[in-house]
Order: sequence, then C-alpha cells, then structure tokens
Amino acid sequence: MELFDLTALELGERIRAREIGVEEATRACLSRIEAQEGTLHAFITVTAEAALRRAREVQRGIDDGTYTHPLAGVPMAIKDLISTRGVETTCASRMLKGYVPTYDATVVRKLDAIGAVCLGKTNMDEFAMGSSTESSAFGVTRNPWDASRVPGGSSGGSAAAVAAREVFYALGSDTGGSIRQPASFCGVTGVKPTYGAVSRYGLIAYASSLDQIGPIAIDARDAAAVTRLLAGIDPLDATSVDAPPPAMPEGDDLSGLRVGVPRECFADGLNGEVRARVLAVGDALQALGATLVPVELPMLPYAIPAYYVLACAEASSNLSRYDGLRYGFHPEGIEDLHEYYLTARSEGFGAEVKRRILLGAFALSSGYYDAYYDKAQRVRTLIARDFARCFEQADVLLTPAAPTTAYPLGAHADDPISMYLGDIYTVSINLAGLPGMSLPCGFDGDGLPVGAQLIGPAFGESRLFAAAHAYQTHTDFHRRRPPEAGAAKGAKANGEL
Amino acid sequence: MASYEMVIGLEVHVELSTRTKIFCGCTTRFGGAPNTRTCPICTGMPGTLPVVNRRVVEFAIAAGLATNCEITRRTRFDRKNYFYPDLPKAYQVSQLYLPICRNGYLTIETPQGEKRVGIHEIHMEEDAGKLTHDPWLDRTLVDYNRCGVPLLEIVSEPDMRSAQEVVAYLTRLRQTLQYLGVSDCKMQEGSLRADVNLSVRPMGQTALGTRTEMKNLNSFKAIARAIEGEFRRQTELIEDGGVVRQQTRRWDDNKGASFAMRSKENAQDYRYFPEPDLPPMEIAQAWIDEIAAREPELREAKRARYQREMGLPDYDAALLTEEKATADLFERASALCGRPADVAHWLMGDAMALMKERQIAPDQMTLAPEALARVVTLVAEGRVSRQSAKEIFVYAFDGGEDVDGYVREHALQMVQDDGAYARAVEEVLARCAKDAESYSAGNEKALGFLVGQTMKALGGKGDAKKVGEMLRERLAR
Amino acid sequence: MEITEKLVYYVAELAHLRMDEAHVAQAAEDLSKMIGYVDKLQELDTDSVPPTSHANARANVFREDEERESMPREDALANAPQSKDGCYAVPRTVE
Repeated sequence: MELFDLTALELGERIRAREIGVEEATRACLSRIEAQEGTLHAFITVTAEAALRRAREVQRGIDDGTYTHPLAGVPMAIKDLISTRGVETTCASRMLKGYVPTYDATVVRKLDAIGAVCLGKTNMDEFAMGSSTESSAFGVTRNPWDASRVPGGSSGGSAAAVAAREVFYALGSDTGGSIRQPASFCGVTGVKPTYGAVSRYGLIAYASSLDQIGPIAIDARDAAAVTRLLAGIDPLDATSVDAPPPAMPEGDDLSGLRVGVPRECFADGLNGEVRARVLAVGDALQALGATLVPVELPMLPYAIPAYYVLACAEASSNLSRYDGLRYGFHPEGIEDLHEYYLTARSEGFGAEVKRRILLGAFALSSGYYDAYYDKAQRVRTLIARDFARCFEQADVLLTPAAPTTAYPLGAHADDPISMYLGDIYTVSINLAGLPGMSLPCGFDGDGLPVGAQLIGPAFGESRLFAAAHAYQTHTDFHRRRPPEAGAAKGAKANGEL
Repeated sequence: MASYEMVIGLEVHVELSTRTKIFCGCTTRFGGAPNTRTCPICTGMPGTLPVVNRRVVEFAIAAGLATNCEITRRTRFDRKNYFYPDLPKAYQVSQLYLPICRNGYLTIETPQGEKRVGIHEIHMEEDAGKLTHDPWLDRTLVDYNRCGVPLLEIVSEPDMRSAQEVVAYLTRLRQTLQYLGVSDCKMQEGSLRADVNLSVRPMGQTALGTRTEMKNLNSFKAIARAIEGEFRRQTELIEDGGVVRQQTRRWDDNKGASFAMRSKENAQDYRYFPEPDLPPMEIAQAWIDEIAAREPELREAKRARYQREMGLPDYDAALLTEEKATADLFERASALCGRPADVAHWLMGDAMALMKERQIAPDQMTLAPEALARVVTLVAEGRVSRQSAKEIFVYAFDGGEDVDGYVREHALQMVQDDGAYARAVEEVLARCAKDAESYSAGNEKALGFLVGQTMKALGGKGDAKKVGEMLRERLAR
Repeated sequence: MEITEKLVYYVAELAHLRMDEAHVAQAAEDLSKMIGYVDKLQELDTDSVPPTSHANARANVFREDEERESMPREDALANAPQSKDGCYAVPRTVE
C-alpha cells in the first residue's frame, strides 16, 4: 500500500512499528505540498524546517517511549486562526499579517503533548467569514477534485490539504458549517464537536457562542481519534465542559440505532444528485440494522437569519480589538487617533468582514437590539427545542451537509446572501450547540464529492462516529482521493507560494 | 431668586483587594514597571478567553449584603463596546442587564438625623489600562498593568441633597468596604473613584431636572467643591433663562471649575450584549449564607465594642473606628501592651496632629503597632519622661521600629537609681538653702523651683513626680 | 425596514469603519439586503420564548484567586508597532 493510501491511524501504527520514519513521512508530505501548492494553495504558511526538526524530535520521543499516542508522528496542519506560539497566525486577514502569537492554543498544547508534527497553517475565509475560502486576503484555495472550483469554507485550506493528502488530518473551526461544508466539498470527514467539548482557548473568535474547533480527517476513525485528543474541559475556557471523551468506533452493527430524517432538509433548494446520495446513506444505515424515522425541523427556514444576526453581532464585538495599536496591520504616519482607527480597520479588513461587522453593530445598536439581537436569541431557543423534539424520536439525524457540491470560483461573488443559503443544513447545529459530522457519500455527475451530515444530541459524538464508521466499513468513498493536483482538470497556476 | 435644591446620585468605582485580576492570574498589586503585570488574557490578545475570579463574586456579594442589597440569584456579565487605547479588547466586560446586587441602602448621619441613601445596584467589571502623554513623541503611552483589575461600581439613587450628605455617604461606603476587606479604597491610588450626577430643581418641585455627570474627582474635598460649583453653575444658568444640558463634565480642582467633555464622549451607544465567553452565575442561598457568616466586624459593631469592652467614651470609639487603618492599629497595639486607653490617647492626640501636619491619611501611616505599644509601655513603666516620649513617638510615627535603640542612642532613659536622686536632692538643697527655707515657711511655689533645679542636676532624665515627692518628704514641715 | 444613509454612517462610526460618499450607497444597499433577509425572523411570535445567549447550560465557572506568572514585557510588546519606556506608543488621546 502506498503511503498516501493510509489513514492517519494506519500511518501512526506503521510509525510506531518503525516501518515508516516520522521524518520520512514528513518529507513525503512536504514534497506533496511543494508539488501541489502552486495549484491548490491550501496553506498560508508552511513551516518546513520546523516540521523536520520536530519530526526528528518526535522520532526520538517515539523511540524512547515518550510518545505512544496512535497519532504520534503523523503529519498534520492547523487552520490559521488557531494561536501558535512563534508561528504567524493571520486569520487570512491583512489585519493580522505579521502577527506572531506569544502563546499556544490549548489544542496546540495537546497536539504537542502527543507528538504531533505540524506542517503549517492552512488557508481559510478571512476571520472564518465565508463558505468558499475566497475571502482570504492571501489568495483562494482550489478544490483538489477540480481546481476551477472552491474547496468550501471557511476551513477550505484544511479540507483541501487533507483531500490532497498534503497532511493526514487538519484542525478546522466551525461556526456555521465551516468544517462540515468544506469537508463535504472535498470528500473528507469533518466533525464539529458539541459546543464546549473542545477548548476554544487560542481559537481566534468569530462568534464565541457558536465557534468550535474540530478535525478534518480521512475517515471516521481518524476523526474520532483526533476528537478524543482535542476534547476535554480546560480551565482557560469557561464554556468548556467536563464530559467523557467519545468512544472509538468499532464494528458495523447499528441495530437499535434510530436515524431521524428531517423532512425539511430534503425539500426545495436541494440538488437532486446530493439528495439521492444522502438518502442512499439512509438506506445503507438501515441495511446495517438502523431504523429510519421521519422527523421535523419546522424552524429550519429561520436558522440562517438567526445565525447571521447572532454571529455578526458577536463578531462585531470580537473583531473590535483589531485596531492596529498593539499587533498586526498598522497604518503609518497617522497622528489622529480616530483617523488611525478608521484607516487600520478599513484597510485591514476585507469587504465581507466589514459587511458582517456593520450588520452586527446594527443588530446591537440602540433601538434595534430587541428587534434583531434579542429576537434572534429567542429564535435560537426555538431551534434548540426543534432538535430536542427530534432527539426524543431519534438517536442521530441524517441530512445533507450542503445543498450542492463544490461550485465554481466566483460563483457567489456578486451576491453574498446566495452564499449564506449554502449554510442551511449546518448553521442550526451551531445555534443548538450540537455535534455534527460530514462524511463522504459519493460523487455527482461531475465527479465532485457529496457529503452527508450526521447530527447528534449534545455529547453524542460516539453515536456519530459509530454510524459513520459502520457506513465507511461498507463504502470506499472516503478512501478515494483526487489525482495529484497540477494534473487535476482545470488546474491553473495560482501565483501564490 | 427662587430657592433651589440639588439632587445628587453617585457612581462609585472601587478596586477590589483580590490577589489577582478579575479574569486572569496576573497580580493586582499597585505599581510595577509598565506592562510587567500582564498576560495574553488581560491584554486581549487574539484567541484568549476570560475566566471569572471566584473571590470577585464573593466580594461583590459581601458588599451587597453589607449595603442591604438583594443579591441577584441569576446574574451574568455583559460586554460594553467602545474604542479607546486603554481598553485592549475594545469592550469592557461589565454587567448591565443583571447586576449582582440591587435595591440596597446605607444609613448616614445628617444634621436632621439619620437618613437612608438608596443603592440602585452594584455591579462587577474590569478596570482599564493607564494612559500617559509623552511630550517627546507627542504620543500616548499605554500601560496595561491595571487592565483587568476587578472593580465594583456602586450606583446610588439620587437621594442626596447636599455636599455634606455626599461626603457622609462616601465616608460610610468607604468604611463599610474597608471593614469588609474588599477594597482599600485609596483615592490617591485610584482604588476609589466617584462620579457625581447632579441636577437642580426649585424647592418643592418633585420632577427631576436635567443632570450632568462630573468626573475626575480625586478627594472628598474636591468632591465637595465640585458639587458646590456645579450647583452654582446650574442655578445661575436657569436663573439667566438658560437650560442645563445633559453632559459629562470634567472637574478641574485647581481652577475650581468644571468643563464639558467633547460631545463625542457624551453620545455613546455601547451595544451591550451578554458576554458569550462567560457562563451565567447561579448564586445559591447557601453561598450567600456562607459569605454572610464570614462577614467581619463592621464599623458600628466595633465602635460599640470599644465602649463596652475597653471602656472608651463614644467620642473616642467613633474617632478610632472612622478609618479601618486606625482601628486596626489601635487593636494591635492595645493587644501588645494591654493599655487601650493610653494607645487611644496617643492615636487621637499626637498621631492625628502629625497626620494633619504631614497631610497624610490614616492608611498611609507607617507607625508600627509594636513601636506604638513600646512607647506606651515605656511611659507607663516610668522609663521615659512624657516629654521624651513625645520625641520617641515622632520617631515611631515616621516608621522607626527600634524604639529601645532610639531611647538608648539619644539617652532618653529616665534615671532609675535612687542613690542618684538622693544625691541630686542633697546637692540642690545645699545650694539653694534660701528657697528650701522659703518652702518650709509655707511658700508652695518654691518647691517648683527646687524640682526644676533637681531635674537639671539629673540631666533632665529624672522623674519629676518622684523628685517632687522626695523633696516634699525631705522638707517635711 | 429602510436603511438610510444616515443609519449607515451611524453604524459605521460605531464600528469605526470608514464611510464616505463614494461608498455609502453601496453599503446601504448591502446592509439593506442583509437586514431584509434577516427580517424573516419577525414572522415568528417569540414573546413567550426566553432568549438563549449561551450554547450550553454551564453556570458558575470560576477560577480561584491564585496568582500566575505574568508574561515577560518583551512578549507583551513583541507585536507592537511602536513602544517606548515599556509602554505601547499610540496616537495621542485627546484629554
């Protein structure tokens, strides 16, 4: 078997068996990055030298028994909004260009502790605001399955990097679908854990009450292993929760599992091929012993409006700290403080970020708070109640991850709202604080991956992993990978790197 | 001219005496080189998160209980959004919707008798950094050491009607917070800051006039002056047919006048919303009870106990307990020497005179209780004269700790040897036979002269009382 | 609801984003579209529904009042555009 046909856990096993060296695996990934980045541009920063140093260090640690974790030595990447000490962290924004954090996020410390080898920081939509990775200030990322198309977003770099096997897994973050949607567009497995399952300390906030860090991985077992590693209460994050880590999935028996199929998620606006592939997942789960249960999510049409009000309101506050006075982008030669603020923020932020900040400031402003922010919070309650009712009848829910497969670059350039609509199946999970997972379930007529979403009750990740693993035991969509980029169809030189 | 009354409410900020900041583990100690008491959290570096210091909540509850407030059982933090370089996140974590304490009061004494001043609410929030102007760069320098120090904001009802009432309220509030141990309330270090909301209205009118808010008040005296000044300004404005505009004004104590702050700072839309990074707080009755049970002896209780247990008159007990620093010193020194009346005497006499002379507040005193107790003991045991004791006390007041060393070094010890007294008496009587005769003949005044001479012979280190007694005995008529 | 240019200027000032004649019409249109879209929420009667401000039910999360080492000043100022005497140097604030 070729190295890049392995999953992260399979590679980890070979590393621990001394069949593959950590440095060897790292060099192989770095070569792949070098070969493909001209087309894909999945990374903002590749830390090749540091990665090789780290690889040798981890090898010694594995040899002397310091590192025993199943993922020790496996090359990975981190979305560029997770704070890494000494490594530039930009949020794909001009605003944070040159910002080098002086501290590590809690998840980064956990990765360090098990001997992970990080190859760099991945591209994303600016401040995670977007669904296509096109709003990055440092250039777009292309879909490894078709370089004329977007990889999804905002964790598009992480999803593309894993799909193209530049790394074996990557961290993303998900505020309204930013892990699950790019995972579905790129044919990989992505998990948005329960709110509070993974520490947000060091995750540069977009919307604090919605953000979660999660894995983008090759299959459900890899995703489970990474989630287990990341999860756990953190004294530095007051919203993190002390819950047992999810179980590693084993076997393929789904007897007794009730899979809820929300009617509203298969209605108008859903691409027919996606619909067919996702419903086929239901059939497959049924064949493994699960029962399908029709459920309802009547509040679904209100999820995107509520999400945009709340996410933008929180963002308008979270992004106020970027004023060029202490770090990142700073205008030169401006003496007046107010003028300095205006210049730093107007030149530092891109168009979509500014649009969302304006909407958020509006929703919180005097006279509009009740009609927008408070209203959206109440609708949030109704959405959570929808799910509570569903989980009285079902153990997991099955929906599409996105209404379409990957669309061409620039498809939504003139109409931001049309892009927002692509979040229809994902945002309500963030509003309700639930875990969601996207897994590859086939390809459309253009050869583009289709993703199905499984949703669980709070801290029901184990069920998601069990169902997805059972499904993947009998399918190979997650094993398929695109031809090496550069050879991929529609490839154009990116100009970056 | 119609007669007007002033209507005053106060917003008081106090820094809490916790060891660490409200949301991170940095120390709250005053001072320190700029930006050496900060971390990624209190400087708002991207990705950091706050976690509430439990003691801040306990102190807030303690303050609420001592000011007769209701404790809000489900409370939470909100964000107050505004841009300024002293606020690194561009929002202050504060409380708007559900402040931790509400509907309390403090009782103050006024010439008309006792009066209740209502407390609208007490809420928790974080302090901002410090800005100083650098004339060389013509830029502002920012130090975040104070950023994230926990504050309570205590908002009174507009219940006060004079500067005297305001000072009485502030004094009572400060005493209460100091005795609770939740804040040292040092105005000179900025750990107590008061903003005055003041409006005027014709006597008898019930509707409130338009109020102004005055900031930058650095002492009780400045507050009293600012109130009088603002009252004058508003009444004159109205008398001249003008209207008072709602605005924030900055008091300049040197000029004795207030100035309107830029209108931009007057029109604020803070876009408060619940702080998503901090879960709400459910305050259980058991927790409140536990905090209530730990409440230390407050001022009024102490004042009563000093009368009851130490036999002090009410005037003395009141004076000694006015400032917690004085009461602490009094209790510690009394415990060391066992002579509370003498300790009280020194504190109310010489110590207060020296504080006035040197213009220092009780909490700035460097007088050590051990030194004070030693001075009291030396006098009581007749080892130093009253005159010398005053000198020794000044040494102790200025922070001197080695009282016995000082006495030795300056040879202030009284003569203890009876032989020396006898020799001096004989020598004086021999030298001043005429005066001795005069005394014996009934001239009492002559004894004073003889005592003086004997004291002189003893080098000023004698016990005048003892000398008088010896002379009287020797010349017994 | 109608988004006036006056409102756009006001909100831009709140957010400290530059707004001028050349951009205000486009910004008003963008904001109008977004607000028009989220106005869908007004269809729902939520009077008896409590708001949700936190995504899970955690409450009473505290740290103990224990000191942790502060960071070296070099770290604090590492990313600052300008510093002097251990302080961040920023444009003059108006007093």
